[in-house]
Amino acid sequence: MIIGSLVDGIVIDHIPAGRGMELYKYLRLDELDCEVAIIKNAASSKLGKKDIIKIGAPMDLNFEILGFIDPRITVDIIEGGKRARKFHPALPETIIGILHCKNPRCITSVEQELPQVFRLTDKEHVVYRCMYCDNKAKN
Amino acid sequence: MKTKGLIDIAELTADELDDLMTVAEDIIANPADYAEACHGKKIATLFYEPSTRTRLSFESAMLELGGSVLGFSSASSASVSKGESVADTARTVECFADVIAMRHPKEGAPLVAQMHVNIPVINAGDGGHNHPTQTLADLLTIKRELGRLDNLVIGCCGDLKFGRTVHSLVTAMSRYPGVRFIFISPDELRVPEHVRTEVLDRNGIPYEETTSLEEAMSKLDVLYMTRVQKERFFNEADYLRLKDSYILTPDKLKTAKPEMRVLHPLPRVNEISVDVDEDPRAAYFRQVKNGKFMRMALILKVLGISVKGGNVK
Ligand SMILES: [Zn+2]
Repeated sequence: MIIGSLVDGIVIDHIPAGRGMELYKYLRLDELDCEVAIIKNAASSKLGKKDIIKIGAPMDLNFEILGFIDPRITVDIIEGGKRARKFHPALPETIIGILHCKNPRCITSVEQELPQVFRLTDKEHVVYRCMYCDNKAKN
Repeated sequence: MKTKGLIDIAELTADELDDLMTVAEDIIANPADYAEACHGKKIATLFYEPSTRTRLSFESAMLELGGSVLGFSSASSASVSKGESVADTARTVECFADVIAMRHPKEGAPLVAQMHVNIPVINAGDGGHNHPTQTLADLLTIKRELGRLDNLVIGCCGDLKFGRTVHSLVTAMSRYPGVRFIFISPDELRVPEHVRTEVLDRNGIPYEETTSLEEAMSKLDVLYMTRVQKERFFNEADYLRLKDSYILTPDKLKTAKPEMRVLHPLPRVNEISVDVDEDPRAAYFRQVKNGKFMRMALILKVLGISVKGGNVK
């Protein structure tokens, strides 16, 4: 099991408690064949409680969404049982195909084949807005 | 480079706005010079919801430039009632026209059209979202009536929460130095938080908020009126209590500066008493005319046509 010791893989840590499953979906981890563990409500000195995701194989993932969910989330790249790299995911200028616009007046609500594109409009407050209607994405 | 129309007023720099106003003022001064400027060019007015005023303004703008017009004026008369996508309709129309002006009840539809065609698309109003040519009309009106766009106190009155014309005006005017806003509305219809943080605060534009039109009146250079709609209120009693406070009457105008100007995006219902119409400060019908001249200048710009040599970017 990878919960104890991970040899090669990825640890996504400091996820706000209860949001782990959501990230699992955003990152499309259901499509992976390797071991994936979601740990819910782990004790955290910073957050009180947190979620953790461990992925039991090295791979390239699109981490862009993580910073939008919470900039405190960290990613650890584990190689040979040791942490090779640790980083906070950067805020991407655009998020494509992950978030969905919830504005019922938005053109994407009637033409659902349109790509869902959100742009970073306020870095300081981590505000992303729908490219079509400027509706704010909720994180 | 993909051809670009105008989807959002924020796409235009202060220089581009100034250029458009310069061309519009030249059109006003020398209309004959422009009478054949768009000869052989066609504008398609794709109006998925009726807005006679805006459609006629675009069409007369193109006609006065010597071009021609085609299009539809409601979704029911178009193939869209058969469920065609905005992208497909735009691609079809691209085969027949040189520029599209699109009105659509869904926010972002003109942007979708622009993403799929190589002719310029002008947003003629997308739901409660953007209406950039209205803002162009507003700017030219302020410039012509007051002689400047800087160092002004602009009062916006009425429905400031849903009033897209106010949000766009604030965005456009925030490029000019010395502009200050006074927002006059009931508490329920205050300027939304994102306009305050992302436009006003970010650009360091001073503003105040009040519920009293009378209190603000004497300070204003421009009074931008909008309609307070009944359906915006949670209950009838609030609406009845408040509606008269935001109706402009000759009495309320008594304390206004003589050179102050009243603007309104029209159509009005009852928020400006007809008794105000004859007051020289009432600029809203001249504003309609300015809208046509700015649409003419914009059509020339997006088609890359320069009548007076140079300057069209
Ligand atoms: Zn949207």
